[in-house]
Amino acid sequence: MKKTVQNLQVISHRRLNSDHVVLELKSDEKLDGILPGQFANILVDGSQKVFLRRPFSIYLVDYNCNTISVLIKAIGDGTRILSDQSIGNQLSVIFPLGNGFILPATPTKVLLVGGGVGIAALMILAKMLKENGHQVVILLGAKRIVDLVELEEFAKYGTVYTTTEDGTHGTKGYVTDHSLFREECSSFGKIYTCGPEPMMKAVARLALIHHVNCEVSLENTMACGYGVCLCCITETIDGHRCVCTDGPVFDIKRLKWQI
Amino acid sequence: MADLNIDIAGLKLKNPVLTASGTFGYGTEFEDFYDINTLGAFVVKGTTLHARQGNSYPRMAETPSGMLNAVGLQNGGIRYFVDHIYPKLLRFDTNILVNVSGSTVEEYIACAEQIDDLEHITGIELNISCPNVKEGGMAFGTSCPAAEAVVKSVRKVYRKHMMVKLSPNVTDITEIARVVENQGADSISLINTLLAMAIHAESRKPVLSTVTGGLSGPAVKPIALRMVWQVYNSVKIPIVGMGGIMNATDAIEFFLAGASAIQVGTANFIDPLATQHIISGIDDYLERHKFHSINEIIGELQL
Ligand SMILES: Cc1cc2nc3c(=O)[nH]c(=O)nc-3n(C[C@H](O)[C@H](O)[C@H](O)COP(=O)(O)OP(=O)(O)OC[C@H]3O[C@@H](n4cnc5c(N)ncnc54)[C@H](O)[C@@H]3O)c2cc1C
Ligand SMILES: Cc1cc2nc3c(=O)[nH]c(=O)nc-3n(C[C@H](O)[C@H](O)[C@H](O)COP(=O)(O)O)c2cc1C
Ligand code: FES
Repeated sequence: MKKTVQNLQVISHRRLNSDHVVLELKSDEKLDGILPGQFANILVDGSQKVFLRRPFSIYLVDYNCNTISVLIKAIGDGTRILSDQSIGNQLSVIFPLGNGFILPATPTKVLLVGGGVGIAALMILAKMLKENGHQVVILLGAKRIVDLVELEEFAKYGTVYTTTEDGTHGTKGYVTDHSLFREECSSFGKIYTCGPEPMMKAVARLALIHHVNCEVSLENTMACGYGVCLCCITETIDGHRCVCTDGPVFDIKRLKWQI
Repeated sequence: MADLNIDIAGLKLKNPVLTASGTFGYGTEFEDFYDINTLGAFVVKGTTLHARQGNSYPRMAETPSGMLNAVGLQNGGIRYFVDHIYPKLLRFDTNILVNVSGSTVEEYIACAEQIDDLEHITGIELNISCPNVKEGGMAFGTSCPAAEAVVKSVRKVYRKHMMVKLSPNVTDITEIARVVENQGADSISLINTLLAMAIHAESRKPVLSTVTGGLSGPAVKPIALRMVWQVYNSVKIPIVGMGGIMNATDAIEFFLAGASAIQVGTANFIDPLATQHIISGIDDYLERHKFHSINEIIGELQL
């Protein structure tokens, strides 16, 4: 689907815990062909404090109802205002933006690794992978049990494992401490990851060691979100590339990460 | 519908709304949003003789009613522009200006010479005001002898419309404006971004990799208006005003201060359709105040 700027209506607001909500936004137009990993750039209110739009991964798409969902973690003014939207409110949204994850061509066993709010980019990916006949394993990491959200939703699309830093759910430690990254790692045909950069780098390092293809979704700060301001760049083997148009998804072999 | 046509020293525009360099890519990025032929003109990304990687990430900081950028003129160089971008611009039926920057006078000249050969490019905007490059850039726009040297030299090789873009990072902008006029500029555009800074208190670090960057957006509008007004009262050549224009009312303020046309920059990021709303809003204003043409309000500030 071509990128558009539309006023979408908030039709549902689902609070997951004290700081996570899922907003479902309805378009008056027919949606089609949104790729997993693409994002939406949402105008909060254009006010003095929250002047620029805020980018969010497209969490789920419902083509029957022409809605997209976003999962928002409140960390600052913009995300707090968005978390408090009431049903019926209109939001100006530019979407779909960015390139999206590449699905394997043949049925493959894949691993999805999400940390923090990075899990938002992985839900629609998990769904599409399952629909395309791939075997999906999902590993989600968080600080504490309360920060692990949407486990049942993920379980619809694959086997879910968890890690928490304090050991209150699943394996204690970071995602990379999980046994999936030891004996089983090379059994995966591909690893997809989104989360805090140190986590993605640690996952990328293990993927390289085990010779597994790996795509990461970056979250650089953005001004426009559609390739004209050149503010969101990351270093790649081809030079500076915009995360909003060449990404947000990159094959780790293209990134100049010191890992 | 009022008459929005405007003639800027021979540059004929169907309306006085342009887009600002560095905020509109090469125009093609906007084609999904609207027909960009509706614009009076658009100004493409800053172009230099040699390819530039630009500065490292982070290059952007959001600030109250604005943003800082430190892109540092990332571009593929003039050869890349001519071979790969220019062919894509041929299908557009509106004025296109190329924004040109350089580290030395020779680089400006070499770049302008190559653009002079491009039939479909109506003019250049000589950027003597970029605050985000170490050498050159703003240095040419903050000293009268340097501005004189670069404008004079480029004038010798460039035959079409030459707009010169001024830096607001000076004590007296009228001095530079007069020098630029005397050396043969056809028009003056202003303002480029204001040198500024953002600090992250928790980490005690600068937000930008370059420490300082250029401020744009509504935060700079009062300064931009003041400078357009001052320059309008100092030179005879037409002025293209910009700095924080978000809507038609902002644009009208610039016309009243003396601008013959305006450029929309940062507003494109907030609303990709900003220029379309501004064009129709200017028309509404003129009709509401019973003016027949945009020309009737230029410099018509009631003192
Ligand atoms: C492609 C992309 C997809 C994203 N997807 C999601 C998503 O699905 N769900 C979600 O909740 N968030 C997502 N984010 C992050 C989200 O955009 C930011 O959390 C939001 O912009 C913060 O706005 P704010 O006004 O609440 O915070 P601000 O007040 O702007 O910032 C609060 C603090 O967070 C820091 N910060 C803000 N944005 C970023 C960033 N992008 N990277 C690092 N530090 C940052 C600021 O420096 C500041 O210290 C995504 C970002 C990108 C680029
Ligand atoms: C991200 C960004 C990149 C820019 N790049 C250029 C450039 O390459 N050349 C130039 O002359 N001005 C550049 N500018 C300055 C704008 O063209 C304009 O002068 C300035 O932003 C003020 O207008 P505004 O407040 O409407 O954005 C840039 C501005 C921004 C925000
Ligand atoms: S955010 Fe503007 S180019 Fe990527």
